[in-house]
Amino acid sequence: MILLQGLIGICVAVGAACALWRARRWFRGRPAKVDFLRGLLRFPQSYFVDLHHIVARDPYTARMHVMVAGGFTAAFLLTLAVHLFDIDSRGLAWLLLAFLVLMGAGAAFVALRRRPKPARLSAGGFSRLPWSLFAFAAAFFLATLPKAGLVAPFAAFSVPGIVVLVLAAWGCAEMVAFLPLGPMKHSFAGAMHLICHPRFQRLGAARPDSGLKPLDLELPKLGVEAPSDFKWNQLLGFDACVQCGRCEVVCPAFAAELPLNPKKLIQDLARAVDPGASDAAYAGSPYPGRPVGQAHGGPSRPIIGDDAMIHPDTLWSCTTCRACVQECPMMIEHVDAIVDLRRFQALEKGAVPGKAPLVLAELRATDTQCGAALASRLDWAADLSLPLISAKGECDVLLWLGEGAFDLRNQRTLRALVRLMRHAKIDFAVLGEEELDTGDLARRLGDEATFQDLAKRNAATLAKYRFRRIVTADPHVFHSLRNEYPAFGARHEVMHHTMLLDELVSQGALPKGKSSAGKTTYHDPCYLGRYNGEIRAPRAVLDAIGVERVEMERSGMRSMCCGGGGGAPVTDIAGKKRIPDVRMEQARETGAAVVAVACPNCAVMLEGVVGPRPEVVDVAELLLQAVEAA
Amino acid sequence: MAIDVVVLVSIGRHPVSGRARRADADARAVELALGIAGAHVQLVHAGDPDEPALRDYLGMGANAVTVLRMGPEADPVSVLSAHLSSTKPQIVLAGTRAEGGEDSGLVPYLVAQALNTPLVPGIVSLSLVGERAEMLQGLPRGRRRSLVSPVPLVATVPVMAPAPRMSAFGLARRGTIAVKDADAAADAARTAWTEGPARRRPKRIKVMKAASAADRVRAVTEMAAGKGKVLQNVPPEEAAKAIFDYLVTEGIIQAKP
Repeated sequence: MILLQGLIGICVAVGAACALWRARRWFRGRPAKVDFLRGLLRFPQSYFVDLHHIVARDPYTARMHVMVAGGFTAAFLLTLAVHLFDIDSRGLAWLLLAFLVLMGAGAAFVALRRRPKPARLSAGGFSRLPWSLFAFAAAFFLATLPKAGLVAPFAAFSVPGIVVLVLAAWGCAEMVAFLPLGPMKHSFAGAMHLICHPRFQRLGAARPDSGLKPLDLELPKLGVEAPSDFKWNQLLGFDACVQCGRCEVVCPAFAAELPLNPKKLIQDLARAVDPGASDAAYAGSPYPGRPVGQAHGGPSRPIIGDDAMIHPDTLWSCTTCRACVQECPMMIEHVDAIVDLRRFQALEKGAVPGKAPLVLAELRATDTQCGAALASRLDWAADLSLPLISAKGECDVLLWLGEGAFDLRNQRTLRALVRLMRHAKIDFAVLGEEELDTGDLARRLGDEATFQDLAKRNAATLAKYRFRRIVTADPHVFHSLRNEYPAFGARHEVMHHTMLLDELVSQGALPKGKSSAGKTTYHDPCYLGRYNGEIRAPRAVLDAIGVERVEMERSGMRSMCCGGGGGAPVTDIAGKKRIPDVRMEQARETGAAVVAVACPNCAVMLEGVVGPRPEVVDVAELLLQAVEAA
Repeated sequence: MAIDVVVLVSIGRHPVSGRARRADADARAVELALGIAGAHVQLVHAGDPDEPALRDYLGMGANAVTVLRMGPEADPVSVLSAHLSSTKPQIVLAGTRAEGGEDSGLVPYLVAQALNTPLVPGIVSLSLVGERAEMLQGLPRGRRRSLVSPVPLVATVPVMAPAPRMSAFGLARRGTIAVKDADAAADAARTAWTEGPARRRPKRIKVMKAASAADRVRAVTEMAAGKGKVLQNVPPEEAAKAIFDYLVTEGIIQAKP
């Protein structure tokens, strides 16, 4: 079987050349600090534990992948031994046959899954893939039979010999020679991505690694304009995309038919690296309302533009909810890419749509989003006479009010929180006029300059006072202070108000009461759940007051965004539906009378849904009602 | 041939925080200028070149701002007029009024007078057709008036003009500030004044004697539709008399007995 030997040898050589050819395009990106050795040593854990946990959320796919990937990897190595190096061993041959059967069975699952093809899966090369897997498995199964002593050896130019050669040529072309270029490139780029991951610390981390990294504002070019402005390992990450469409299924913007599909976004970014790039070959769901095939790009051409790879409406449809990042089995960082692109639009072009420029201008001029005087942040609490930390100097809990203090709806939440803290006799204080906006909104909109200015000034204020921990009712503030302020020197213990309330309830610091709210479903804020992993505390509070709690189909770490994140309410990109309407429909399906929320943005977005609908009540309000009934 | 457009920009003040910023009307003038096809836009400011808020204008995409350096007490009119009569731009734009200082809105008029060019107040769009400027003047309640004027001209841009683009940090940082020392005379009249916070003026209460909701709607819409009358092609004396009589009936001035 010299012919088969030659074929395998050539395919391995061509495969290596194609891998180098493919890797070349990643190095069009900017340099990045990558600890290659650390990544390599951790690879088995990253792959078999971290990545597998994500894949296993879809058990069918996980089993399918274990069979195909495990079967193929083992079969390929054994093929090299048995057929390329011609090691004459019955045991090896039998082992090879077993793995090929496993792979073939997996290929059947691959084919079955696509019949009929779910909308989230891509066609194109992926339609061919199950047959290529079969071809590989079948070819080497036939070729191995004589080596296992099951049939007599057959000549190369006999019928079975030619069948073996043709199938092996097909299978090896897809699975070995052109692996780095076709649908199988996800295996090669994906492995490299796990080793060189741009957020390496997220692998195996106890809670999500979600904070954005500060941008050096002294750089000559701020943010990402063209593909070559991404770091090289980000470009590698885009190339790892296997087009499974899990991101597409969970994306709130896609669900409301805003012009965003995270899968196509990553595909467009991966394609944009090539000179003369176009999205014409993309064979998945399009951006809702936008045709495929009209986008063009290149390594140094702007990515964002009316006829560029990505339309500005697509970029600004994202609510930065991280649902795509949470679901992605290849661990691609969609939101980082979005923010990098937004940074260029905001800082270098000033091209931020809708009312966002107005909000950003007010942030710069008044340090609040709504342009109110800082002194008016406490207007709602005139009757509560909140203690100022400037008068006390130190306290146990520093209550961070946030932009919600200017909003009638959220003043009710803050009022409930203050009354609960007084019930529990907590020594707390507020910053009053000294509290500036955290700059979270500016940062999600790409205006890193305004964010850093606010962050530095807030950090300086916090450094003046002594307190044990910061508590806030706004998950966006919580995330910002907890995960993004340490880079500016503000290292404090930060708690979301539901975490504090859970602590108070479990310590018995509050009178035990029973809630009179009916059936209640809890809506997880993205910035509390997915960004910070806190999905337990709010539920514990609800359970403690005897609420009949039901879960929506999407909850916890896989909850769906209300549409209020990432500055989406101010950039206001139109879709066929509104994201809060989609989410409220999911709440209605549970039959709940109350949607419990824990975020001012969620409260406002969900209350904006026209009725009849469940009532929208903050966890603090529900708890206060129960405590006062006790 | 590129047409030279100069925008006079001033330092504004945010109404709530009092922080220095780009003046709203001036920013709209810059926005309008940047939208004129074939225009070469230059920004000119008379005042302190080290004021950071000047960079807000650069962030809109103008490459440079020329600062005629003068003290805070100096009168910008002569400085601006002298600069503009030497550079001779075809179009000079400015916001209708500043956000600080006298706020009289007279600077563009005085500059136009010094340059001996027409002044077109309150324009919301401008395009060039040959040697003439075609403009839309913004009038109350969304009405627009089409105007044509030969260049050179001075025009003012009101806050009803299209919103200015966002000021981009990177552009603001890269833009250059060219400083020219100006020989400014002190504003003698102003030195005698004292500045204080504005006093809220009492509002006239509209008394509605409406019996039904329909009446109230009518009262509001009739008010909005305006009660004035349009005088056209009347002798100046008659026009002045009509304005005078109106001011008397509104109680703004008192007629001498």
